[in-house]
Amino acid sequence: MELTGTERRVMSAVQDGLPLVSRPYEAIGRACGLSEEEVLRTLKGLIARGIVTRFGVIVRHRALGYRANAMVVWDVPDDIASRVGAKFAGLPYVTLAYRRPRRMPDWPYNLFCMIHGRDRAMVESLIEEAARAADVADIPRAVLFSQRCFKQRGARYHTVAAE
Amino acid sequence: MLDETDRRIVNALQGGFPVVDRPFAAVGREIGLDEQDLIERLSRMVGEGILSRFGPLFDAEAMGGGLTLAAMRVPADRFDAVADIVNEFPEVAHNYARDHDLNMWFVVATDRPERVPEVLREIERLTHIKVYDMPKEEEYFLNLRLEA
Repeated sequence: MELTGTERRVMSAVQDGLPLVSRPYEAIGRACGLSEEEVLRTLKGLIARGIVTRFGVIVRHRALGYRANAMVVWDVPDDIASRVGAKFAGLPYVTLAYRRPRRMPDWPYNLFCMIHGRDRAMVESLIEEAARAADVADIPRAVLFSQRCFKQRGARYHTVAAE
Repeated sequence: MLDETDRRIVNALQGGFPVVDRPFAAVGREIGLDEQDLIERLSRMVGEGILSRFGPLFDAEAMGGGLTLAAMRVPADRFDAVADIVNEFPEVAHNYARDHDLNMWFVVATDRPERVPEVLREIERLTHIKVYDMPKEEEYFLNLRLEA
């Protein structure tokens, strides 16, 4: 997808975040030589085209008390993967659900979802609940809790996963 | 820690942020805070590291960039050294130790799609450890909301 010169200027001016002032888009405009009006119009266009996927805060869930996060992976038959993924997607405690390639023989799992909770016990019971809700309780799965986070930066120019 | 008002702010903002001339005044009206109070609380939460950033998220692929999830099987005694090598790449956005045989998982985001395999090959060359590339094939959901 091609970006216009104006779009590139605005994106580059906002990528480190909005200034916390009364008229942040005017401040962004000053930084990149555009009017507040032009900045607003450009951002609305970027949102409408799906290039800006979300506009808001990036929460450090660990700081909020969400200390346990599990990447739960499933070996779902290909013909039902989309149905199961959509089911996971509808669950309030699932933050992300993706289909990814298997890497045989080392990695047989093709459906990934992220489940966050205040502690491991809460996450484990949510996983059981998700398995029942999507009717995959008897399908092989693995639960990969995170032990340490080595790097978590505000994503620049890409969608950041809530991990 | 967060008080009740902070939690209300975080929950309100995770759903989106208005693109209007005075966005903090608009959000404040929704949750019953005045503009200046909201700005001050947000500045404090950013300062305390509860919010890491306040602004837009871009879709790398919609912009013509590359994105993948990669995994490695790293021997325990080399873990920190390998993490240092991997994290040195500016394209590596998150890196997590996870309790599995494949124990290091990281996201690679690049300006150009061709750069993803270059980064993964470079990591393999520097660490002598195989990197498993698991790009998304289908996405079912994107909901970053977590109740504060």
